[in-house]
Amino acid sequence: METNQYLEMFLDESKEHLQSCNEHLLELENNPQDLAIVNEVFRSAHTLKGMSATMGYEDIADLTHKMENVLDAIRNSKIEVTTEILDVVFKAVDYLEEMVLDIEAGGTGKKDVSELVSILNRIEAGEHVAEASSAAETAAAVLEEATDIPAAPAMDYDEFELTVIGQSAEQGFTAYEVTVELREDCLLKAARVFMVFEILEKSGEVIKSIPNVEQLENEDFDEKFTVVLLTKEDVGSISAKVMKVSEVEHVQVLPIYVESLKEEKRAKEENASKLIVEEAETKQKPAKEETAKQQSKRSTAASHSNKTIRVNIDRLDVLMNLFEELVIDRGRLQSIATELHNPDLNETVERMTRVSGDLQNIILNMRMIPVETVFNRFPKMVRQLARDLDKKIKLEIIGAETELDRTVIDEIGDPLVHLIRNALDHGVESPAERIAKGKPEEGTVTLRAYHSGNHVFIELEDDGAGVNRERVLAKALERGIITEESAATMTDKQVAELILASGFSTAEKITDVSGRGVGLDVVKSTIESLGGYITIDSKEGQGSLFQVQLPLTLSIISVMLVELDKDIYAIPLSSIIETAIIQTSDIMNAHNQKVIDFRGNIVPLVNLKDIFEMEDGDVRSDGFQSVVIVRKGEKLAGLVVDSFIGQQEIVLKSLGNYLQSVFAISGATILGNGQVALIVDCNALIK
Amino acid sequence: MPELVGQDTVKSIVFQLLDKEYAMEVDVVEGIEKLMSITRVPKTPSYVKGVINLRGVVTPIVDLRERFGLETKEMDDNNRIIIVSLQDFEVGLIVDAANDVIDIPLRSIEPQPEVVGSVESEFISGVVKLDKRLLVMLNLDKVLQPLKRVSSDEY
Repeated sequence: METNQYLEMFLDESKEHLQSCNEHLLELENNPQDLAIVNEVFRSAHTLKGMSATMGYEDIADLTHKMENVLDAIRNSKIEVTTEILDVVFKAVDYLEEMVLDIEAGGTGKKDVSELVSILNRIEAGEHVAEASSAAETAAAVLEEATDIPAAPAMDYDEFELTVIGQSAEQGFTAYEVTVELREDCLLKAARVFMVFEILEKSGEVIKSIPNVEQLENEDFDEKFTVVLLTKEDVGSISAKVMKVSEVEHVQVLPIYVESLKEEKRAKEENASKLIVEEAETKQKPAKEETAKQQSKRSTAASHSNKTIRVNIDRLDVLMNLFEELVIDRGRLQSIATELHNPDLNETVERMTRVSGDLQNIILNMRMIPVETVFNRFPKMVRQLARDLDKKIKLEIIGAETELDRTVIDEIGDPLVHLIRNALDHGVESPAERIAKGKPEEGTVTLRAYHSGNHVFIELEDDGAGVNRERVLAKALERGIITEESAATMTDKQVAELILASGFSTAEKITDVSGRGVGLDVVKSTIESLGGYITIDSKEGQGSLFQVQLPLTLSIISVMLVELDKDIYAIPLSSIIETAIIQTSDIMNAHNQKVIDFRGNIVPLVNLKDIFEMEDGDVRSDGFQSVVIVRKGEKLAGLVVDSFIGQQEIVLKSLGNYLQSVFAISGATILGNGQVALIVDCNALIK
Repeated sequence: MPELVGQDTVKSIVFQLLDKEYAMEVDVVEGIEKLMSITRVPKTPSYVKGVINLRGVVTPIVDLRERFGLETKEMDDNNRIIIVSLQDFEVGLIVDAANDVIDIPLRSIEPQPEVVGSVESEFISGVVKLDKRLLVMLNLDKVLQPLKRVSSDEY
């Protein structure tokens, strides 16, 4: 089979399924009694197995198959969920992820899974759960008996299938198990199967087949196969129709009665839960209620799913680029229209501006994806790290549905990993320490995302030790980041922010979790390169709060255009508080620094021409100066410019790799007249 | 140029700076433009003249005369911007004039002599003698080292 065209789809879907495995396994760890979760994991694993086998990735199929067996044993209550078993299953999922990534990177997806497979085999055989096994075995025996009694419908149905059958029964459809036997000398089994399916699908809907469709297509079965058909026709006409297909030896049509199936299933579940009751009577009820709740939640979620299509992100990028060109031309049209004063032209341009504004919103929205895509790998990471560090840590995620531009999402993952590692390693204390301090044994780390204005905030809060002022100051002094004099006058917040300074790492013991020397300064610079800020709030002994502020989108921003010595510069509106024209006589001097009194605040003045080393046309003769008040965090500064031009939406362009870092310039844009204007990086101007 | 072994000639663009002729492989050249308006970029070395809008792409411009420490002159109609594309960036080079495109036999490329005018020798990958012309082959990777941290010592 030509599989290349399906590769991308396979990769996408595999990742989705692995992710859902991870999520549900974590859920399972918290509610080990909830067999519905096992079913979810099982379903994902099963799909993955089918897909990978079709694509020819044997190792993945192998491993998922073994994993599936273990899960199957769990959901049939043959083995009990323990942390050890979950560890192995997690490891299996890890392996699978690695293999999928390998395939994505162009590899073969091969990996030595024999060791893991043998462990899984042992678990499946019940080796690790010796005590529970005797009880479980009897239960299994009971189960087998139960399944043996109703001989007729031989297939197993999961809950979803039962629901489908039940619902269609309400609409007048009857479900049949159609068993078709082909002649032994049948040559083209796949073709016959196809014909049978075609006939069946004309009279109703096929919802399940054993063996599954792929195996049927590959002629991977003997003479017999069974399908479940939902139809309004009766037994006789179905079997007559199927018999018309040549080389069909025998057809057996058996009606399926949902009630009996459900009862059977219930009996199974009751048997299973009885055991649990014996072992953990108290836990049973809430767990069951929760199961019910979760199931109802799941089903409503399914019914609300929207119709979507997968679009390659490259296409969206191309669309965005084209739109950027359009924005540039729009700017140009606007400036031509203002010069010509033609009312018709003005009106048209205005309309076009409105429409393209809407278009811009839609395109930007299309590129937005929930931060969930980044967040969802953290629970597993935290679980693993906490185990490695011997700490008890709970991760709470709030606002995972908050949306961000894809470019930001791509970049934000690593810094967040770093922050979380830092919080786990240096923030949260060991259980013994926590108890000694009178805190709950289990530490809590909260990851929060929310929108506010044109920004997205991501916060990481822990209830750990917080920043130790003395230790940080001592370290900063030792590293020469600050001086003795400044140390004494620093506020706690300033001290906390020292840990973001480059060349700073407070961990006394270098661990492989965090503190490899690169430290948090990398986080800071990455976030700043995205046009964001990071701040720290910390109370010693009570924990720390890292707040990351990010722009919603990176490519189109609103700016204020200003003139400096005949060149045009753009200042991002997001940094601007307001503009002002001040009298030269209002400028005061404080320690060689020009300052103004701005609404009660002393604001330092920065002469952009000095900063950019331009020839200064000296102070304007009319005794007034144009000042743009900008901010960085809570700090303000007044940028002195020649004149204001106006506000405009611009497309952010990079200066390219040749000019990698120009002081106080974050990029460039192309104006309506085709000229390049540079974008001022206000963050660099405020210390 | 070892990477070109196997070919007999290398197609090169010949351009002029002051009274000397220089050459660079045509493969790296994206195009030749007339002078257009350049936006200055502050706090960069003096040889970085600024950036231009090259069909929607912001492209940095380097004045080769200043890069080589030659005397500067007023721009005129002969001046050209040669757009070159290296590994991961594009840069425009201001030259006095772009003269022609010729095939240079590989055999005629010689290692640079000990002293070649005032151009710093690290920028040169070889010299070519063709009839009566002397062409200096440029080592563009050295000429166009990315400006990582622009500091005062580069002025």
